[in-house]
Amino acid sequence: MSDLPLIQADRAVPSRAATTTFTGGGRRRRLRLLSRTDRVVITLMVLVPLLIVVGLVWLPALATVALSGTSWDGIGPLSEIEWVGGRNYSDVIHNYPPFVPAIQNNLLWLAALFVVATPLGMFLAVLLDKEIRGSRFYQTALYLPVVLSLALIGFVWQLIYSRDQGLLNAVLGTSTDWYGDPDVNIWAVLVAAGWRHVGYIMLLYLAGLKGVDPSLREAASVDGATETSTFFRVVFPVMRPINIIVLVVTVIESLRAFDLVWVINKGRNGLELISALVTSNVVGEASRIGFGSALATIMLAISLIFITAYLAVVMREDRR
Amino acid sequence: MSRPRTEAEYLARLVPPSVAGIGRRRLLAGAAGAGALLGTGALAGCGSDSGSDSGSDSKTVSLGSNQSDPNPKAVIAKVMDGFKTSTGIEAAINTVDHNTYQENINNYLQGKPDDVFMWFAGYRMRFFAARGLAGDLTETWGKLSGYSDAFKKASTGDDGKQYFVPTSYYPWAMFYRKSVWQQRGYQVPKTLDELNALGAQMKKDGLNPIAFADKDGWPAMGTFDVLNLRINGYQFHVDLMAGKEAWTSDKVKKIFDTWRGLLPLHQPDSLGRTWQEAAQSLQQKKSGMYLLGLFVAQQFGNDEQDDIDFFTFPEIDPAIGAKALDAPIDGYMMARKPKSEANARRLLEFVGSKEAANITVKNDPSTLVANSGADTSGYTALQKKAAELVGSATEIAQFLDRDTRPDFASTVIIPAFQQFIKNPNDIDGLVNSIENQKKSIFSS
Repeated sequence: MSDLPLIQADRAVPSRAATTTFTGGGRRRRLRLLSRTDRVVITLMVLVPLLIVVGLVWLPALATVALSGTSWDGIGPLSEIEWVGGRNYSDVIHNYPPFVPAIQNNLLWLAALFVVATPLGMFLAVLLDKEIRGSRFYQTALYLPVVLSLALIGFVWQLIYSRDQGLLNAVLGTSTDWYGDPDVNIWAVLVAAGWRHVGYIMLLYLAGLKGVDPSLREAASVDGATETSTFFRVVFPVMRPINIIVLVVTVIESLRAFDLVWVINKGRNGLELISALVTSNVVGEASRIGFGSALATIMLAISLIFITAYLAVVMREDRR
Repeated sequence: MSRPRTEAEYLARLVPPSVAGIGRRRLLAGAAGAGALLGTGALAGCGSDSGSDSGSDSKTVSLGSNQSDPNPKAVIAKVMDGFKTSTGIEAAINTVDHNTYQENINNYLQGKPDDVFMWFAGYRMRFFAARGLAGDLTETWGKLSGYSDAFKKASTGDDGKQYFVPTSYYPWAMFYRKSVWQQRGYQVPKTLDELNALGAQMKKDGLNPIAFADKDGWPAMGTFDVLNLRINGYQFHVDLMAGKEAWTSDKVKKIFDTWRGLLPLHQPDSLGRTWQEAAQSLQQKKSGMYLLGLFVAQQFGNDEQDDIDFFTFPEIDPAIGAKALDAPIDGYMMARKPKSEANARRLLEFVGSKEAANITVKNDPSTLVANSGADTSGYTALQKKAAELVGSATEIAQFLDRDTRPDFASTVIIPAFQQFIKNPNDIDGLVNSIENQKKSIFSS
């Protein structure tokens, strides 16, 4: 066999000999080792995602933060924007009644998904993993809501929850105003959101369970462990990566909760969510771009708390 | 053959050169190329999409329409057919869903709007005119005939020029079913006391006196508007909407106070109900009356149209009377830089003409035409009565969300009114909150 290099990247790292022998020419030699196509491809692979991330994520995020200090109404050139400093933020906190309920609802949403929907999804996954009869059917039935868009789910549940013409009141013989009563509607909506979330978590978890080495369970049962303790002491710890994904998905779902309440009543009257407030201020005819941006910045800050926590965990994992 | 220096090099030797040399890199380059092709393809698709039929040829004009419901859409198509036969100019109608149209109007007007676009009279129209987003139609108005001064005033911007051609309108009133009222012997109330007495009687008879829905937030504005017009009059309505009057004033508190008195007569749990559902409760004879626009008739079958009747909201203060009402006007505006200004103006002249109004009368029983020269013998009894009501009105308001800043209406008023409906007892706290938010919004 010839001495032809087989892995280019290996030689791209200049050997000590090369750098010492070709003083001053080391750089040129290193470049020559990467072929032209290599360099173009690598540049493209770095540049394109970088441009996309900077252009579609970072610039808009920074622009939002910048706009949150203005009173722009979305009309006219940027040069006419008036700077108002922190007024939007003080208005959000002191002078905007929907803000506090929105924060509470977002936290409630997170808690409900975390405490009820996610464990339920995991439980269903464990059941389905037992290969009970018709598990394919249950799997499909439970996963179906995930395929539907949240907007469609809002519509489907509207048929159930409508006070005068809905299924639920007809069956129960009550006249509860499921979507209109601000004490009830958040729970009604959480049921609808949870209905979808359960299926999502179930599928994620089921995939994870299929990947658990069966010999672990055999060993546990040989040692005389019960089903429950096998799950909590053996399977659950092994599933750590999936658990983290499930946790992250739950947090993301509760932060980006939006479609459902928007379809129902544009996030008003007991269904306030920060994302809905941002939308009604920025996107609609209102065009309170500055004020809406302040709300969006607050949402960004809250998201950052979770993102930082997640990254900290993942990085600690990597270092180990 | 030299010895491999590292493990990696050793492993690499196991791969045949053909695979190692070409495989990955070529594949990636190929993928990148394909991606680029797809990308440009998609972009080119976008470009040609928006660039089509924008030819400045003298025989076309584009029209942005928010009439997305099947019936009104068909009517617009017929009007544009009439435009073509009368002038030979083809109007390309670009129909957008009603709500989307309204929410995107800022971007739409600042981008490349159609030559002529549909909009409403009111604060927002004047705002677009003041910001230079609409074309001056003073010259076109010189060629229009058959419009009353009230319509001309409603089409005029803050600078005294006209920017709007009104075509249709509909009044807000208390609708009811004649058959129900005849059967029970109800009389049209002329004062607030009579309304209260009638409501009490209806409750006894097992009806919801006043159908009510505010899930979408705007229907309650109609109630507030009419109470304001009856208690404080038209000028106060205009000043309050313009941000000149304080929401904490006794006049505003009196509106809420009167409303609170009427709330027990309203259908309960209104915040979860759409106006369609409330209208159906009227149609199903479960509710006695309903304060809404003429479009309430859409929820009635064809054979029930003759059974619908209405009265204007009764008098509260004899000094103010009961002659003012909400009657939102729809119409057309011209883009600031139409591609073909001559054609755009001819289209606007046509939609403002008797001929166009006649086409609308023939085909659409749910609105009234603005041009008084039109042949209205085709009106239904309901339309005739509605036209008389508006004709006899001393002042015509547009509707709360058309008479004030949209940011104030949608982000302050809607949540505030819903809060009031939930808890009608804390009026002071409510008006303070509205006033504080109003100050912040109107000062920006």
